[in-house]
Amino acid sequence: MFHIYCPYCEELREEEEFHPKGQAHIARPEEPDTCSDEEWGDYLFFRDNPRGIHHEMWLHAVGCRKFFNITRNTVSYEILETYKMGEQPTITAEHLAREEKNAREEKTNNAQVAEGGQQTVGASDAAVASVKGAQA
Amino acid sequence: MSQTASQPNRLAQGGQVDRTQALTFTFNGHTYTGHPGDTLASALLANGVDLVNRSFKYSRPRGIVASGAEEPNAVVQLGATEATQVPNVRATQQALYDGLVARSTNGWPDAQRDIMRWIGKLGSPFMPPGFYYKTFMAPASMWMTYEKFIRKTAGLGRSPTQSDPDIYDHMHRHCDMLIVGAGPAGLSAALTAARAGARVILADEQEAMGGSLLDTRETLDDQPAAQWLKTTLAALAEHDNVTLLPRTTAHGYHDHHFVTLHERRTEHLGDSAPSKAGYRQPRSRLHRVRAGQVILATGAHERPLVYANNDVPGNLLAGAVSTYIRRYGVVPGEKMVLSTSNDHAYRAALDWQEAGREVVAIVDARTAPQGDLVAQAKAAGIRVITGSAVLEAKGAQRVSAARVAAIDVDAFRVTGKVETLECDTIASSGGYSPVIHLASHTGARPVWSDAIIGFVPSTVAGVAASGGARGVYPLDEVLADGVEAGVNAATALGFDVTVDDADLPQVASRHEGPVCALFQVPHEKATLRAPKQFVDLQNDVTASAIEVATLEGFESIEHVKRYTAMGFGTDQGKLGNINGMAVTARCLGQSIPETGTTVFRPNYTPVTFGAVVGRHCRELFDPERYTPMQAWHVARGAEFEDVGQWKRPWYYPRKRADGGLESIGEAVARECRAVREGVGILDASTLGKIDIQGPDAREFLGRIYTNKWQKLAPGRVRYGLMCGDDGMVMDDGTTSCLAENHFLMTTTTGNAAPVLEWLELWHQTEWPELDVYFNSVTDHWATMTVTGPEARKLLTDLTDIDLDREAFKFMDWREGHVAGVPARVFRISFTGELAFEINVQAHYAMHVWEALFARGEAFDLTPYGTETMHVLRAEKGFIIVGQDTDGSVTPEDLGMHWAIGYDKPFPWVGKRALTRADTRREGRKQLVGLKPKDASVVLEEGAQIVFEPNHAIPMPMVGHVTSSYYSPTLESGFALAVVKGGHQRMGESVYLPMVDGRVHEAEIVSTQFVDPKGERQHV
Ligand SMILES: [Zn+2]
Repeated sequence: MFHIYCPYCEELREEEEFHPKGQAHIARPEEPDTCSDEEWGDYLFFRDNPRGIHHEMWLHAVGCRKFFNITRNTVSYEILETYKMGEQPTITAEHLAREEKNAREEKTNNAQVAEGGQQTVGASDAAVASVKGAQA
Repeated sequence: MSQTASQPNRLAQGGQVDRTQALTFTFNGHTYTGHPGDTLASALLANGVDLVNRSFKYSRPRGIVASGAEEPNAVVQLGATEATQVPNVRATQQALYDGLVARSTNGWPDAQRDIMRWIGKLGSPFMPPGFYYKTFMAPASMWMTYEKFIRKTAGLGRSPTQSDPDIYDHMHRHCDMLIVGAGPAGLSAALTAARAGARVILADEQEAMGGSLLDTRETLDDQPAAQWLKTTLAALAEHDNVTLLPRTTAHGYHDHHFVTLHERRTEHLGDSAPSKAGYRQPRSRLHRVRAGQVILATGAHERPLVYANNDVPGNLLAGAVSTYIRRYGVVPGEKMVLSTSNDHAYRAALDWQEAGREVVAIVDARTAPQGDLVAQAKAAGIRVITGSAVLEAKGAQRVSAARVAAIDVDAFRVTGKVETLECDTIASSGGYSPVIHLASHTGARPVWSDAIIGFVPSTVAGVAASGGARGVYPLDEVLADGVEAGVNAATALGFDVTVDDADLPQVASRHEGPVCALFQVPHEKATLRAPKQFVDLQNDVTASAIEVATLEGFESIEHVKRYTAMGFGTDQGKLGNINGMAVTARCLGQSIPETGTTVFRPNYTPVTFGAVVGRHCRELFDPERYTPMQAWHVARGAEFEDVGQWKRPWYYPRKRADGGLESIGEAVARECRAVREGVGILDASTLGKIDIQGPDAREFLGRIYTNKWQKLAPGRVRYGLMCGDDGMVMDDGTTSCLAENHFLMTTTTGNAAPVLEWLELWHQTEWPELDVYFNSVTDHWATMTVTGPEARKLLTDLTDIDLDREAFKFMDWREGHVAGVPARVFRISFTGELAFEINVQAHYAMHVWEALFARGEAFDLTPYGTETMHVLRAEKGFIIVGQDTDGSVTPEDLGMHWAIGYDKPFPWVGKRALTRADTRREGRKQLVGLKPKDASVVLEEGAQIVFEPNHAIPMPMVGHVTSSYYSPTLESGFALAVVKGGHQRMGESVYLPMVDGRVHEAEIVSTQFVDPKGERQHV
């Protein structure tokens, strides 16, 4: 069961207080009447189903009743950040891919460094922190 | 019934049982005695009970194998009465209490005389792997019969047929650190964290905390382990920040460090929970723990060796033998042979010999074992046969001998001459498997370690395994590992931790020789022809079955598991999975890590439904919502209908002249006539009500509803239709303009919450610039619908509102007083008759309701329920969203073109989709009325409609009935239905073939059966 930080209440709350509302950042076309049937169908029915980073909309249904966004790893279920409606995520799949690539290159350059440590599923804290740092 | 037996296997001393007290218990109808401190398993062994079950598939006799959660055979049905039956209890984990009653779970009707034995005896050719798939799947129609037979014979326990007298609690807990397992690792981690100031929960599944310390031969600080254990538990108990939970199994690790713990509060005390100070104690508690950090100190399970007939009673795990002797003072036999691949198992032989019984031999697969325990065994005069293993057990109801020979482990073959050793017990050990289940629940894949010959857990952030759970076995290292885990977790939580080495007790370090990787023992015969070598005892999966699976082409371990059913028992293959993987790997000529990993899912051990449900049962199962007039409805004898969580009066049966109660048909006919001819009243308080305010409220309504709202003046009401952006109808209701910036929206009863969420969704995510606010006022206002030709007359004397038909028109609302109470009265009608919907604040509602009835006596004011409401609205063709629509119906399909404002300036929700090719196409199902040719027929709701009743099957189905009733007004059945192209087929006949072979004919008609011009509501 998720432990979710509501960006409006500014508290961690149990998943039972929330409703998932599907993929985030699905903007309704500004001019629906000029959309083709296919474009309108895409807006209505087609959603991403990524392995890894996913931005999704949730509702603090029995809390503040506010909709907000979550960046979640669909493999580890780790919630990497939550942010208010209208804001953009600071952690994205592209950011993490870039970070991992940099880390890999660094490792090849320092081949003597032992891998060590326990395996963690999904994004490591360090990777997340560095992305956040880069954003700040 | 036999007389009380004398516990032939109980030692005169030793163990942690209280021999001064006798506890009487019954197993399979026989009465035995045991002592406080016993488990059911130790007491059965003390009494020399060898046979505890029949096996699942072959019906072979089975005895106790293990001493803990991993036990596959001794799974019993517990309960002295029908109401207290509990299935699938492991005898090894059930504390003994006086009066305990248990039966074998498998083996109906009796473990001793079992009909499945014949199938087992007739032999395995009848039950090869994949047996269920191959045999019972065809013909499919027989599956139900087969399934009943299999279930009954396999007997996977049964649920009680009477109500459980016990209560169960749920508790929500938060802690800095949750430590699972109170063995040496968990205890030292807990002590470290407690001293650092962390809030710690320490949970342990056993009757007593201590884990391996409860039966170890080792000393701590030169004292017996029990002494250190006692001091440490006392020290922990003194910390206010530590919660000790014994008898508590962490059975599920869920997301974000949410762990569920099942604490058995009173299951060790009796058949049902005793009372304390007049209150029944909870039988168990489910703790829902959210932890900052989690340490899994769950230890390791010993792996048995896989050899022929390794399932005959008398085959035990080496560690279990030690546990029974040292902890329970029970030695489960006379003459033992130990077959091992490691040093640690030598304990069993030493313990056995010290208990005064004979160790025939230790058979060690290693050619030159060299550890301290080996030396000790040799010094004790025990015969050690090296480079060998037990190939096969002899005996039917109990082991009678062990066939032993030299083997070549790597070549997987027998190399020496077979020697037969007479014995009644064979203990075996193939090493240890870390208990990685909880780590596995997080989704982290275990990793094979050649060093410990087992899987070690990988973990997600915030979780660490410690001690045996990660393959650290020597006691001194385990204690240090626990401290380290405690330090790391406390540090991660931000506590300042300093470790004092002196805290760790002194443990004499012991030399242990390397372990040999032995899983399945070779036999002189090939695996396919050798006597059965069991891998999974609970599901009767043999090494030969796994070999067959691989021969049939199943190479993925997941496929092998499913094909053979390995690991699918209530024990989840705790003993068998690794051996099964090893056999698969051998057959496929690959390594274990190449073969795959094992995945465990919650729950670690079975959890009773009672614990899962907690207090959410009976009246607390789901909240019930009542309107303010509930007491009146009950007093009036109303029958109720559930609408969501609401209890709504369904109809009000009256006494008939003959003294009996009206049937629903009679009551509804009377209520309908009252509304159409006099006056009736409906409690409509459950309708959803949303208060909408703000300068942009009107603009918002125009975007969310399909119809127009710009010109709705204060004092006026309008019907509105709401669609999803896919153009399908999702709700309807009236919205009233209370003031220029203030509206009251009503929704269907069931959609009150979803519609509010829908409004918020659009406001918060698409149109935050609109200045508008929404609030649910459903419970604040009670609604009473007074309707019928006499409604105005009834109300006139009760209100200061001018009810004149010109002053207060249809679809107007007025503010004033009713029965002296502030009220909003709406002239809207869901019956087609003159109607006033009176809204008053909920606390005034009963007063107003009673005043209406006091005045209504003169008019025979008739209360009516939801059934009459349905008939009356259907006669008028008024839809119910969710009954006449199903998420694939547009406003135009309903014939409600008049409610669509295509020319509104803003592209409102649903508009674009209504011009998609699919919503424009010919032949969509459209709402129509149906009039059965035979007036006495009431069509079945959901009945399929065809145009050609004589068409060959399958007939093209062109629609279905959505609402259908008998109309006392029409004196006929009538229905609403959706029919392909129905709007163009008025007057045509359709047909409804029924299950019983009858075919009803009906005519497509208008949906408005009564007063089609709508004059009556305007009077
Ligand atoms: Zn909130």
